[in-house]
Amino acid sequence: MGLEEKQWIKMQIRDGFIAGSPIFVGYLPIAIAYGVLAKQAGMTLLELTGMSLLVYAGAAQFMGAGMIGIGVSALEIIIATFVLNFRHFVMSLSFINQVKHYAMKWKFGLSLGLTDETFSVSSIYKKQGDQTYGYFFYGTIMLSSYISWVFGSFLGGVLGDIIPQNLSQSMGVALYAMFIGLLIPSIRKYKRIAVISIAAMLINYLVSPWIGEGWGIVVGTVFGAFIGIFVLEEEKL
Amino acid sequence: MIWVIIIGMALVTVIPRIIPAFIVDLIQFPDWVNKWLQAIPYAALGALVFPGIMTVVPEKPYIGVIAGVVAILLAWLQIHVILVVLSAILTVFLLTI
Repeated sequence: MGLEEKQWIKMQIRDGFIAGSPIFVGYLPIAIAYGVLAKQAGMTLLELTGMSLLVYAGAAQFMGAGMIGIGVSALEIIIATFVLNFRHFVMSLSFINQVKHYAMKWKFGLSLGLTDETFSVSSIYKKQGDQTYGYFFYGTIMLSSYISWVFGSFLGGVLGDIIPQNLSQSMGVALYAMFIGLLIPSIRKYKRIAVISIAAMLINYLVSPWIGEGWGIVVGTVFGAFIGIFVLEEEKL
Repeated sequence: MIWVIIIGMALVTVIPRIIPAFIVDLIQFPDWVNKWLQAIPYAALGALVFPGIMTVVPEKPYIGVIAGVVAILLAWLQIHVILVVLSAILTVFLLTI
């Protein structure tokens, strides 16, 4: 490997850390809160950390730990998890289509690390991913987020409630603010994008009381993006 | 039993995540599908923010909305995303003291 190639990889990893840092920071308090909840639900440290290692899906883990605590059956928990996480299929389809040209091992590895947050950051920084060794950029985002999530869960399980309640509540807005911070620059550049996002918000808002939060996000995303077919102009994307 | 639940949850989570890695190469999508896929991030970001942001302080939904408006304004002024996040955290913190 030449010197220049090493420079590229180093730069992609560094940029991945910077782009992923809001996720790293945002995941920690949520993961700690999950660890605390899971412990209270009667899970051991090994089980609750294992769940983060293997499942790696925030909302589903909160729900799962809560359901374990009240003794819901395994099948019900697993089905509810499937419903809640099915949105990742839609996101993964969009992301993998964007990195179609990557080698299979990268597509596979990166899709394993796909969450709402890593998907959002990766899609918004798609130009970086098209550069040389772009997969190192994405890989760093995926891996640093995963480490933050698993480590935070473990920490929550060991230490319990270390973050004061009003601070952890305040930090609960972090990932929402990150989503906004990712979306607004795109809208600023190309105003029609707002039509898609607002449509998705409204659809989600209207349907989620009927079909639940998991399907609400799926339906909002799928149909909101459908509107994009009509309002977006190919050359401006 | 808890491990059965964990492994079951892991499988139903990971399978939908990885399936696209195997199918995207096999199918040639028409243009409108590609356009739909390109629009998905913007739709997903919208659906992920609202109405979820109103649950930041569940008994006071307006606090999340105010923090969201602060985030929108700062992001519009091209403030870096990390500062946008910190400002939103501070907003909720100040409103809940």
